[in-house]
Amino acid sequence: MLRFSTWKLIAIVLMTLAAILVVAPSMLTPAHYEALKERLPSWLTPPTIVLGLDLQGGSHVMLEVDKADILTTQVKNLREDVRRILREEKVAITGGIGATPKGVQFRLADVADKERVLPKLRLLKSSFSARSGGASPLEVEETPDGLIRLVVTEAGVIDKTRRAVDQSIEVIRRRVDALGTREPSIQREGDDRIIVQVPGLQDPEQLKTILGQTAKLEFRLVAEPGQNPSESEELEQQDGTGKLAIEKQVMVQGEDLTDAQPGFDQQRGGEPVVNFRFNIRGAQRFGEVTSKNVDRLFAIVLDNKVISAPRILTPITGGSGQISGRFSVEEANNLSILLRAGALPAKLNIVEERTVGPGLGQDSIDAGKRAAYVGAGLVVFYMLITYGVFGVFANIALFVHIAFIFAGLVLLGSTLTLPGIAGIVLTIGMAVDSNVLIYERIREENHAGRTILASLDAGFKRAFATIVDSNVTMFVAAAILYFLGTGPVRGFAVSLALGILTTIITAYTMTQMMIAIWYHYARPTRLPI
Amino acid sequence: MKLLRLAPENTSFPFMRFRRVSYPFSALLSLIAVALFIFKGMNFGIDFAGGTVIELRAKGGIAEIGALRALGEKLNLGEIEVQGFGNPADATLRFGLQAGGDVAQQRAVESVRTSVGAEYDLRRVEVVGPRVSNELVQSGTLGVVLSILAVLSYLWFRFEWQFAIGAVIATMHDLLLTVGFFSITQLEFNTTSIAAILTIVGYSLNETVVVLDRIRENMRKYKKMATAQLIDMSINAVLPRTLMTATTVMLALLALVIFGGQVIRSFSLAMIWGIFVATYSSIFICSPMLIYLGLRNEDADKTHASEAQTDAKAPAQRKQQSRSAKPR
Repeated sequence: MLRFSTWKLIAIVLMTLAAILVVAPSMLTPAHYEALKERLPSWLTPPTIVLGLDLQGGSHVMLEVDKADILTTQVKNLREDVRRILREEKVAITGGIGATPKGVQFRLADVADKERVLPKLRLLKSSFSARSGGASPLEVEETPDGLIRLVVTEAGVIDKTRRAVDQSIEVIRRRVDALGTREPSIQREGDDRIIVQVPGLQDPEQLKTILGQTAKLEFRLVAEPGQNPSESEELEQQDGTGKLAIEKQVMVQGEDLTDAQPGFDQQRGGEPVVNFRFNIRGAQRFGEVTSKNVDRLFAIVLDNKVISAPRILTPITGGSGQISGRFSVEEANNLSILLRAGALPAKLNIVEERTVGPGLGQDSIDAGKRAAYVGAGLVVFYMLITYGVFGVFANIALFVHIAFIFAGLVLLGSTLTLPGIAGIVLTIGMAVDSNVLIYERIREENHAGRTILASLDAGFKRAFATIVDSNVTMFVAAAILYFLGTGPVRGFAVSLALGILTTIITAYTMTQMMIAIWYHYARPTRLPI
Repeated sequence: MKLLRLAPENTSFPFMRFRRVSYPFSALLSLIAVALFIFKGMNFGIDFAGGTVIELRAKGGIAEIGALRALGEKLNLGEIEVQGFGNPADATLRFGLQAGGDVAQQRAVESVRTSVGAEYDLRRVEVVGPRVSNELVQSGTLGVVLSILAVLSYLWFRFEWQFAIGAVIATMHDLLLTVGFFSITQLEFNTTSIAAILTIVGYSLNETVVVLDRIRENMRKYKKMATAQLIDMSINAVLPRTLMTATTVMLALLALVIFGGQVIRSFSLAMIWGIFVATYSSIFICSPMLIYLGLRNEDADKTHASEAQTDAKAPAQRKQQSRSAKPR
């Protein structure tokens, strides 16, 4: 018990110092931290504790790709493809192209035509899936009497969903970056979800506005009376003044925009508008269509809503234009962000949202701190009045224990959450358990008639197995919590697990050392507990 | 200096004699807990039930609970629960899943924001959709089940099987009573509560292991002692430590309840209850279980003496190894 190597003592002292050094920058006020950072060379930026969104304020939004929307789009594309193939092959069908729940069907006028049509239809499979192999994204069925049915399979929808998630992440990153926030995190979650976390946001509403919109922009002609109704569709108008018949064919799409900026239209009394520029392809196409259709109305359609439908007065060949739709300044601003970032490939729904304002976050930090100070104070006091000088040792070990937990959090880059603070306060209570186990055992051995030295020795030896066993069970619970928990609860699990690991070093080894040194110098004649 | 002692020196309470009281008592409590769970139910938070929570702070300083309550009807959000807490300026609104899926949920938040945004700051908004809440229920349940299984296998490996069974029954008992506690207090049950439950499981096992460890040690030391007497002696020996640790943890938790703020209060309250129950069950549920499961103190039971002795060697050797593995 009295023999332990000097290097072990040095190691523990060094570890403690290192832990304090690692934690120190996190304890500084932001102003002091910045001052410190400036004095240090740039490669040595001291890491600090990362606060969770519940403490620093911010938004956590989970988005899910709308699979029904994916399917609808796929069926719509399928219908267009089929129409094209039939036209190209000059194949006649009886009746139109009918809809099924997950695809389309049609009946050939002449069954013999299927030899020409089927190979073409089967080729469509490749356009429905980027990957080769795996389950087929599209099934082509036929009956002897000439009915052909095409069905988008579950695999096809999932594959498309996955790709939609990948593309959406890029678009969302551009959109969130445009908000000018620091360190947003955008991650894929499973097959069909994206988690967006943006800390310290002043206006969480704006985040949701720009995340929730598909922002599919289309320039289409307004249908004229007497036009074939199958070539147009009725679309809602943004200002709520009813529906408008719009041609299905799209002149130019949002992806042909190179830039979009909010601005004001001086001619209309400074109304907020969005100014945009087309790329070369878009400019050409737009010039062509507007030259051919002077005096007709064209509609600017955003997410299937008509924003405005101005008349084409002269051909527009300059490749730039303006969208006006009785916007507020904020709306014009958001729309230009969306147009610059591009459209989402599919509709995304917000399935989970957790937003904490900066004020509440600060309140939570204050509450957590207060609870930690009071909790630690009570435990320290209680250990003192129960174990006297041994209580002092336990309290020193407790202090180092807390320093180790925080150092662990900093080094792991783990996030400190409010439940995480609760976890730390809880480990403060639990950390002294090891000390208590040891001390009680020492007392017991002493009462059983052993000498002080023998009691100390036996106390540490016998308590060790119990400490390990009891901590392993607690650690298992923390580990499972970590792997299954999310967000703040994970923070709790990390704090708890770190606390359990460090308790072995601090409560056992450190206390043992302190008592050994104390025994060496004090040479006690009776046990002080 | 006179030091504080919680437990009197050298206690010798006949704990095992209480098993005829503690078992029916605990069985009754467990039944009540199950009945509460079935008939009264839990106050599931939005994590598990889905829905929306909005925390408001009145810009004018006083939150008008009555006016907020009327919002539910006005905005057609269904049942809306309004609670004031602590500060008179603060209130939380909670309403359930809206018909019409995730889109409708967002629309509901939007309508609340437009109608109260002028007078209140929205300090916290949490919206959980139906699918996400179902997944959280699944992962929460899985977590509790997995942790019990994991710990069972660890204990089985480290101790005799009777110990493992005893520990798990005690843990289940604590779990049931904690669920009953959530039901009777109607404290909100959310993902943080799962964290509380798993921590209680951890603590309960921690307590149990400390007692079992001593029982195992004493079994080797006092081979002639009857099992009940031996268990009593072991529990009495660790009693000071049990009380001491329960008190320190309790002090830390009290600080959390009083100062830790609204969000973790239900967590801390549940933990306090859990510490009580865990301490009780390690003494009165787990340890007597060893008697019922037929744990024999080898030499005291003469008929199986030879068999039992070979049994006794294995754990003794294991213990020896664990000691020599101890770092010096």
